[in-house]
Amino acid sequence: MRQTEPMSGPGGVERAAAEIVFDGATKRYGDAEPAVDHLSFTVPAGEICVLVGPSGGGKTTALKLVNRLIELTTGDIRIDGTSVDALDVTDLRRGIGYVIQQVGLFPHMTIEANIGTVPRLFGRSKAWIHTRSLELLELVGLDTSYAKRYPAQLSGGERQRVGLARAIAANPPVMLMDEPFGAIDPIVRARLQDEFLRLQQEVRKTVVFVTHDIDEAIKIGDRIAILRQGGKLVQYDTPEAILESPADDFVAEFVGHDRALKALALHRIGELELRPPTDGGPRAQRSTTVRDALALLIAERAQTLAVTDDAGTVVGSLTRDDLLQ
Amino acid sequence: MKGLVAGGPVIPNFGQGSKCEQTNGWWCTDWLHAHWGDTLQPALVQHIELSLIAVGIGFALAVLLALVGVRYRLLDAPIGVFADFLYTIPSLALFQLLVPFTGLTVTTVEIALVSYTLLILYRNMVEGLRAVPSDALEAARGMGLTRRQTFLRVELPLATPTIIAGLRIATVSTISIATIAAFVIPEGLGRPIFTALGQDVFKTEILAAGALTVALALLADGLLVLTQRVVTPWSHAR
Repeated sequence: MRQTEPMSGPGGVERAAAEIVFDGATKRYGDAEPAVDHLSFTVPAGEICVLVGPSGGGKTTALKLVNRLIELTTGDIRIDGTSVDALDVTDLRRGIGYVIQQVGLFPHMTIEANIGTVPRLFGRSKAWIHTRSLELLELVGLDTSYAKRYPAQLSGGERQRVGLARAIAANPPVMLMDEPFGAIDPIVRARLQDEFLRLQQEVRKTVVFVTHDIDEAIKIGDRIAILRQGGKLVQYDTPEAILESPADDFVAEFVGHDRALKALALHRIGELELRPPTDGGPRAQRSTTVRDALALLIAERAQTLAVTDDAGTVVGSLTRDDLLQ
Repeated sequence: MKGLVAGGPVIPNFGQGSKCEQTNGWWCTDWLHAHWGDTLQPALVQHIELSLIAVGIGFALAVLLALVGVRYRLLDAPIGVFADFLYTIPSLALFQLLVPFTGLTVTTVEIALVSYTLLILYRNMVEGLRAVPSDALEAARGMGLTRRQTFLRVELPLATPTIIAGLRIATVSTISIATIAAFVIPEGLGRPIFTALGQDVFKTEILAAGALTVALALLADGLLVLTQRVVTPWSHAR
């Protein structure tokens, strides 16, 4: 089909990801202790920042300060240099993709209409929305025949894929995700995480992602902000740095005593120097994490792992010692 | 307009009608053929008019009240109690109460009929709007829908099945209660029933008018069910 309208941002201009700056962001309800306390950090454009911490840490509150579902008490949050307070609140929100745990699809609208919600607010035509929704369904790994179905006809995992598609439909530079995979069973969750990361490679949004699961934070985040009770930022760094040198005992305990093992999950075996291929032994694809590869060797009581490419051809091998280096 | 003539014959065309009319058995098809045009058909049309106007006005009033009751929660209970109160007044008593003010008019009838629709329509509207899932509302807000857009595009459509359910009950009960309008004005399917009620009850006329009332109620209910299926295709998609 010939495209008459550009598939990019609402203004017809491709909108690049935007940097998000938390600048002393504080939320206080009445005279109580702050829920979010002088939060200051910068999320570089195109990166995923995961807010993680125990309940009462103010993660969700901090997230909602960005799209002003909760208003700041003091401090500022800037997107691409513009304060969130400087914009009309509906304009601000239409420029930010929003994904929540309960998904919040509209039960009375077809999947296509759900995905088209924000483009419709921007005055996009039905034809544009139709083409865009099919394109997005493919992008999130759903069959295009889903376009005419209703949310009640989808599984939990499928609904969250649609939630993701709806959030990026108008191509916002920024996405807020509030425990998006929290209500999904572990197997489907792992797959959704993988696909979200693949999707992010393509769309390169600036993402603020809330979770209480440190493993998810390590897997998803380019950077992790660890919050503790009272909405205080304890450490803001890359997953590697946090696992390697936790800022204090709180962080060390939060990331767990197995943090050395968790660090193994940050690397894929394809990144290691491979030995020549050998016969037999368990096989694993290059995209397997070092942690999973080691787990496989232990489970199979094997010493050597055959590494394959995506097509399944053996391209090399690794020993247990190689994996532990 | 044909008024009720005091002391007039209770059985229509007494002494000159067909044979079965004079014997007054359970059913007399000859009478039906002879009087469909001058008795039953006009009564049916009037009955439809009375009911439509009552449900229409009741619906409009209930919408206004529901908007107030949903927006200002404090007012919900008083409005509900008021509608409850109206609903509990026996219909004959309500007509009696209204006649001194509005006379033997259509207005009297409509005021009473509208009063009875309010409770069920109001309650269902408020319930329907309150039952909208909170996650859908949060998503709507988060995506930048204005309050008005949220109401028109999310809350109202999602409340529609409950609102139509209320409309069905209100419509059926209005069609039934509207027969009592004949106490006040000589209109509606109540009229042939009252005419036939006398010392010597004319059974065919009562049965025919009663059956028409029931059929009308069932038809109206069926139409509303159909309407619901058409306007909310999502509610039965599984």
